[in-house]
Amino acid sequence: MIIPHPLLGPRDAAEFVYLGDASLIDRPDWQAEGAMEQFHDYGYLRDNPAGQHQELWYHEQGDRSWLVVTRDTLTHEITQVELARDVARARGRDK
Amino acid sequence: MTQPNRIGGGLIDRAKPLTFRFNNKEMAGFEGDTLASALLANGQRLVGRSFKYHRPRGVFTAGSEEPNALVHLRTGAHTEPNTRATMAELFDGLTATSQNHRGSLEHDMMAVTDFLSPFLSAGFYYKTFMWPKAFWEKVYEPAIRASAGLGRLSMQEDPDQYDKGFLHCDLLVIGSGPAGLSAALAAARAGARVILADEDFVAGGRLNSETLELGGMAGHDWAAQALAELASMGHVRIMTRTTVYGAYDHGIYGALERCTDHLADSAGKPRQILWRIYSKRAVLAAGSTERPIAFGNNDRPGVMLAGAVRTYVNRFGVAPGKEVAVFTNNDDGWRTAADLTAKGVHIRAVIDSRDRAAPITLPDVRHIRGASVVNTVGRKGLKSITLTDGQVLPVDCLAVSGGWNPNVHLTCHQRGKPEWRDDIKAFVPGGTMPAGMVVAGAANGAMTLAAALAEGRAQAEAQISDLGFTPAKADPVEAEDEPQDTAAFWYVPESRHRAWLDQQNDVTVKDVKLSHQEGFRAVEHLKRYTTLGMATDQGKTANIPALAIMSEITGRTIPETGTTIFRPPFTPVPMGALAGRARGKDFRPYRLTPSHKWAEEHGASFVTVGNWLRAEWYVQGDEKGWRDSVDREAKTAREKVGICDVTTLGKIDIKGKDAGAFLDKVYANTFSTLKIGKVRYGLMLREDGICYDDGTTARLSENHYVMTTTTANAVLVFRRMEFARQCLWPNMDVHLISTTDGWAQFAVAGPKSRDLLRKVVDKDVDLSNEAFPFMSCAEITVCGGTPARLFRISFSGELAYEIAVPARYGNSMMAVLNEAGAEFGAVPYGTEALSVMRIEKGHAVGNELNGQTTAHNIGLGKMVSQKKECIGNVLSQRPEMIRDDAIRMMGFRPVDRSQKLITGSHFINKGEEAVMENDQGWMTSVAYSPNLGHSIGLGFIKSGHERKGEIVRAVSPVHGTEMEVEIVSAHFIDPEGERLRG
Repeated sequence: MIIPHPLLGPRDAAEFVYLGDASLIDRPDWQAEGAMEQFHDYGYLRDNPAGQHQELWYHEQGDRSWLVVTRDTLTHEITQVELARDVARARGRDK
Repeated sequence: MTQPNRIGGGLIDRAKPLTFRFNNKEMAGFEGDTLASALLANGQRLVGRSFKYHRPRGVFTAGSEEPNALVHLRTGAHTEPNTRATMAELFDGLTATSQNHRGSLEHDMMAVTDFLSPFLSAGFYYKTFMWPKAFWEKVYEPAIRASAGLGRLSMQEDPDQYDKGFLHCDLLVIGSGPAGLSAALAAARAGARVILADEDFVAGGRLNSETLELGGMAGHDWAAQALAELASMGHVRIMTRTTVYGAYDHGIYGALERCTDHLADSAGKPRQILWRIYSKRAVLAAGSTERPIAFGNNDRPGVMLAGAVRTYVNRFGVAPGKEVAVFTNNDDGWRTAADLTAKGVHIRAVIDSRDRAAPITLPDVRHIRGASVVNTVGRKGLKSITLTDGQVLPVDCLAVSGGWNPNVHLTCHQRGKPEWRDDIKAFVPGGTMPAGMVVAGAANGAMTLAAALAEGRAQAEAQISDLGFTPAKADPVEAEDEPQDTAAFWYVPESRHRAWLDQQNDVTVKDVKLSHQEGFRAVEHLKRYTTLGMATDQGKTANIPALAIMSEITGRTIPETGTTIFRPPFTPVPMGALAGRARGKDFRPYRLTPSHKWAEEHGASFVTVGNWLRAEWYVQGDEKGWRDSVDREAKTAREKVGICDVTTLGKIDIKGKDAGAFLDKVYANTFSTLKIGKVRYGLMLREDGICYDDGTTARLSENHYVMTTTTANAVLVFRRMEFARQCLWPNMDVHLISTTDGWAQFAVAGPKSRDLLRKVVDKDVDLSNEAFPFMSCAEITVCGGTPARLFRISFSGELAYEIAVPARYGNSMMAVLNEAGAEFGAVPYGTEALSVMRIEKGHAVGNELNGQTTAHNIGLGKMVSQKKECIGNVLSQRPEMIRDDAIRMMGFRPVDRSQKLITGSHFINKGEEAVMENDQGWMTSVAYSPNLGHSIGLGFIKSGHERKGEIVRAVSPVHGTEMEVEIVSAHFIDPEGERLRG
């Protein structure tokens, strides 16, 4: 696969390390009511869609950016690649 | 050495005669021959024995689809089994031997299986070797294994070299037949970067095998001219002997180039190169493969595909027989009759299953309409054929054509699903193509020459226009649309003898019927049940006739029946090529510590730790075994002073005004409160509350920390911290850099360590216990101005320091430390002594932090702060993970001190049976302690903290041992820690 890095252009997937579902950005509030259940779900439950999937890739053999890659799990077509930091900020992880 | 079947013409170089050996018989050929064409030229029709029934078999095709003519090529360590004679280029001195027979090829003792065939039908193994159960491993499997397989490995290390490479292009053209050449020319003339790949050693595809004219010249001449034009352009790379074997994501293709397989000697060059080709677009012009018709005894040497017979006559100047008959269900078979007649090879008859007039007029050739071949005679070579009306024709070669299948394989490597086209009676590419791929020519069902040329050009021009190139103006090449009518005729129902479909796996029409009868009706089931389409040829000639027969039996149409899925590779790829240079020492990269050279010079033995090579011990004097060295090192470090390279521990520089707050998030304990110039032990959890990693982190200044990680987790911890920094707390002002390779770091441990270091550090550094107590750190200089970092930390439990210098000074620093320590009796020590001392001190490492244990288990539960947000602290408090009776890490010593503890032993209470229900825990680490004089161990045991002094049994069913052990504190030496604070 080739991942179009938002800063570095097209890069071979071999340069990256795969983590998984980009929902891992949405880490629960440790002080919330029911935090333990929320962390359980955060840690153990994932959607497994046949189709569009947002996932985290780490450019380990490159600039060390974590990326959110939108990939179709059926065709491997990549439709969007963003810096994970931008996604995290947009999702309100700005503390 | 005569070549009885050699005739005139062809693309071979008669000025370059070659000699070769087949089964120790010397034979002759010419440059440009394949092993198959040379064997046929020498009249060698019998070339191998079949897989299951050991039937005599000969050359069946002229290409990579060959199911029969598999040989051992070369000798000794260079032997390559299962080489297709149709692909092996002839070279002077080539040696080949036939395979899969006991005794000679002519008199194979295993041929008895052929007479047992009524008992060996499809599914035979599954039905026969059911009982008694114990017989499977002892009798059946060894017997089956001994008789299974085709070729034999040399069982020696492969002496050849292989390599890998990467290529980029605008347009990859796969196949150099008329469609491929036409596509490559169109793209190259427009200025696009083109790679043209073909598995053959001569580009041109079928143009080299046919007598069709185009552009007013012979096909092969036109091909040579086109290739010359392409070769003259700098932006075109022509890769012959290169099989594009797989279509992968985003325009990436795998290709195998056979660089020196056609030479007697590789002469130090890589034998094969595995290429990864990055293409913007690709034109698949892989052509088509002829399929046979199944009839009785259709596998005899001399029965060949009609297109292959034409290839041998036209390209190689070889007549596969002197009396040839053609059996066809289509117009194309007639071309064989025409071409052979033109070359003076006698055609006994053309038997056409269709009852219609000849598509090509051949006045001297007998045409038998609406008839079939039902049987053949000639055990080791065809002698005659019998037709449906009973007449017998004496022939030594039968050219069979059942139509042509487009080579759709690569279109299926993603999600493509071939579609049936009834007008050509074949599957063509369908469904979703791999991104960027288009198909042209016969591979796309454009079966005539004129159509292939036009489609190749049109497809290429469309693709390069998309990429922004302007197609060059050029007149279309003149060529004809030859007749192509094909009937849906797959097998001869009148045949009463076995009719072979898959010759490589000995699958017959009857086996397909049996498969249906027993309920294996889906094509994928048919494949697994009968082994149809498996092995080296993957059923290239067998699959379509077999599924057509299955569709006929089930009453479904062929498109309803469908095809099996084609997966990479298109043809076999040697393991050596996949491995490339990653063999032996170069299997993976290795890293050397900064003091590696010094260690080598001082008797070190090395051990692999991840990618690192670390000194495990240093042999001195007349030390006989490793224990002598390790005991001495561990004892000397505790009594005097020892020096150990600990560079491999991960080092991460953490800077920024939120550095402390960030560390509070990633560590279970608190670091923002750490004073400048101090070091603290830190424990990391996974988000699920399990222990992840540990190490020390020092605060060098307000906004600058230096972390160490374990050697094994150095990369993973850094990756995870970047995740925390970018994805979880993206607005923190913190920056990370891995400095593992930047600093050489040495542990200096033992009561004399301070005295030693005083000789090394510069004068202004005060090492007194008051000025630089336990858990201090500082940036200092050594040896007259060399920058260094000094940490007073202790893994050994002794008065100890770790000193880091820029990596380039590492080897010198090791020498300086040892020289300075000589007067104190200093020794270098390796990882084994390090491990002995850490067990003596009860420090957990990978054996204990094994991905299943919690801070609570290792007795560090109180370190997990609940007053701040950090990774893992929420789930670490799950009730099951903080049970009071959970396993705890403890020390263990044998009641009989002379006994040796064993790692992996399980603890069982006295008087209880040694079964899993009574399991109390297990031993994780053991060592002989030279300082205590007996074996010691660490391990986990239920409620261990309340059981000090209790005696339990350590049982190892694996070793068949059992001994009594006492539960003790994990801190065997200096439990109060007085030494390290001294």
